[in-house]
Amino acid sequence: MALLEIQKLSKEYMMGQQSLLALDNVSLGIGKNEYVAITGSSGSGKSTMLNILGCLDKPTAGKYILNDKDVSELNPDELAEIRNREIGFIFQSFNLLPRASALANVMQPLIYRGMKQKDRKKAAEQALRHVGLGDRMDHLPNQLSGGQRQRVAIARALVTKPSILLADEPTGNLDSRTTIEIMKLFDELHAQNQTIIIVTHEPEIADHCHRIIRLEDGHVAEDRMKAA
Amino acid sequence: MMFDIYESLVSALRSIRAHGFRSFLTTLGIIIGVAAVIAMVAIIQGFSYSVNQQLSGLGSNSLTVQSYTPLSERLQGRIARISTDDLDLISRRVEGIASITPVLYSQGGLNQIHYGSQLTSAQIAGTTYSYQDVGRLFAKYGRFISDIDNVTRRRVAVIGESTRNNLALPENPVGEFIKVGDEWVRIIGLMESRGQIFGQDQDNFLLLPFSTMRTLIGNQIQPDIFIQMSVSELGDLEEIRARITTLLRNAHGLTTEDNDFQVQSSEQLADTVNTILGSVTLVMGGIVGISLLVGGIGIMNIMLVSVTERTREIGICKAIGAKRHQILLQFLFESLLLCLLGGFVGLLIGYGIGAAASAAIPGFPSAVVPFWAVILAFGFSAAVGLIFGIMPAAKAANLDPIEALRYE
Repeated sequence: MALLEIQKLSKEYMMGQQSLLALDNVSLGIGKNEYVAITGSSGSGKSTMLNILGCLDKPTAGKYILNDKDVSELNPDELAEIRNREIGFIFQSFNLLPRASALANVMQPLIYRGMKQKDRKKAAEQALRHVGLGDRMDHLPNQLSGGQRQRVAIARALVTKPSILLADEPTGNLDSRTTIEIMKLFDELHAQNQTIIIVTHEPEIADHCHRIIRLEDGHVAEDRMKAA
Repeated sequence: MMFDIYESLVSALRSIRAHGFRSFLTTLGIIIGVAAVIAMVAIIQGFSYSVNQQLSGLGSNSLTVQSYTPLSERLQGRIARISTDDLDLISRRVEGIASITPVLYSQGGLNQIHYGSQLTSAQIAGTTYSYQDVGRLFAKYGRFISDIDNVTRRRVAVIGESTRNNLALPENPVGEFIKVGDEWVRIIGLMESRGQIFGQDQDNFLLLPFSTMRTLIGNQIQPDIFIQMSVSELGDLEEIRARITTLLRNAHGLTTEDNDFQVQSSEQLADTVNTILGSVTLVMGGIVGISLLVGGIGIMNIMLVSVTERTREIGICKAIGAKRHQILLQFLFESLLLCLLGGFVGLLIGYGIGAAASAAIPGFPSAVVPFWAVILAFGFSAAVGLIFGIMPAAKAANLDPIEALRYE
């Protein structure tokens, strides 16, 4: 059973008079507990794919079914709800709220879910301990190292117990040692049955994944399972 | 929804605190506007209270008759008079008057008083025993003018505390002789102090018996006098006023619609003053309204800057699931809270200014800010916050998450 499925999905951007087809009639499915890398060179459509999979953007044509629900026709508020419940975002530049502590950052998505302060705190503390930052909860983002910031972001993504962890170049801003740490964390999370999709252009990162989808000019050029 | 409101309030407060100084500058317009409203209301209320206090000193049941010459008549050299005949007429023909007294103010040069080498000027008037009731004067030493003083035209006077002080008279000046104009008079009484009203000294006066005063100003055939009276029943006031008007019109042989005299009650004076204060309030209110408007535009401006500045944050919040109304509420509450905080600070400052002003002006009551003014100030601040907060908040709420996340 597929966790998510996209059917004949296209995305067209209007750049002034010219139209640009970022995704062209793409169909693919990703199952539960898969560990997928979406790769491709710059301009291949992988960012567009990420935005659509993350419910940040709507396709021009085609269907996107997430957890048996067609999300391609939802309005912005319904999409926000889906993002909150189903998706955990991890960004290249961490995207933490600069004036909020690590703990407050992790608690933030639970506010939009209507969870009480006490429960939020408990869940966030647990998530931070999970990523190994139990002793850094009161620090502001600028008091943390890059790797620690990304861990906070991962904790924030995990705290909502999302169906998919969606990472966009998660190690792009990190040095090689920290990259190894963060990828190890992803591997662990996958081992705990978390579905993970990583968008990356780095082959070493993609190598951690069990399935690699390579995009080229808006098409799926390659979709292979790595030999276990 | 309650949950969203609470959470939005919390994050709005956090944001205001994070930009403390900027928040203060942002609200400065509101602070000044509200402070101006409150100070103005406090001062005008005090003023109005003071005027009414003073007028009620006359007694709300008192009437004053004085001559009135329209400018056009005066240019033709005619001057209207209220004479002692009019006084007799009113006291004989009008019923319901408790006490009635003429007051003859000194005209021209007669306002200088000598005592030894001391020289001062004061309000000098001639009146009768009944004036004590009408003017609320009470003797500190000695006594007030009596009817006998009037009948015998005695050269006696009662003075106020300031006049005593100005002349360096002894603490108890009864029995001392002073010179009023060219005449020597003996002091028979010192009146209790009445303080100051609007910085005007109420204790710098000298009262002579009415008949003595007439002699002093040279026994003119018909001096122009004031008539002060109090009525027995307050309800009869209008009727008595009408009766006096008819009586005097007949006596003065008036055929045109205009009267050559005025019959005024203290209530009427109070109304006039309150009308003037009302229009002053309106004009000031308009100016203050403009300042609040400018303050509101300032807030909108800063909120728009703030939205732009926090575009990325808004994008993050949207990516992790913030709905539009949640973002909207946060920014709306931020401007609302800014305005209310500004309103509160303005309230304190305005009250401070009002209190300082009323302390500085003698005879002013301590500053009172009525509840309606507080509600008005807060209501207006809140309205400004909402009206000028809507646009920036809507801008924030409608941001596209992808664009916002990409924003540097």
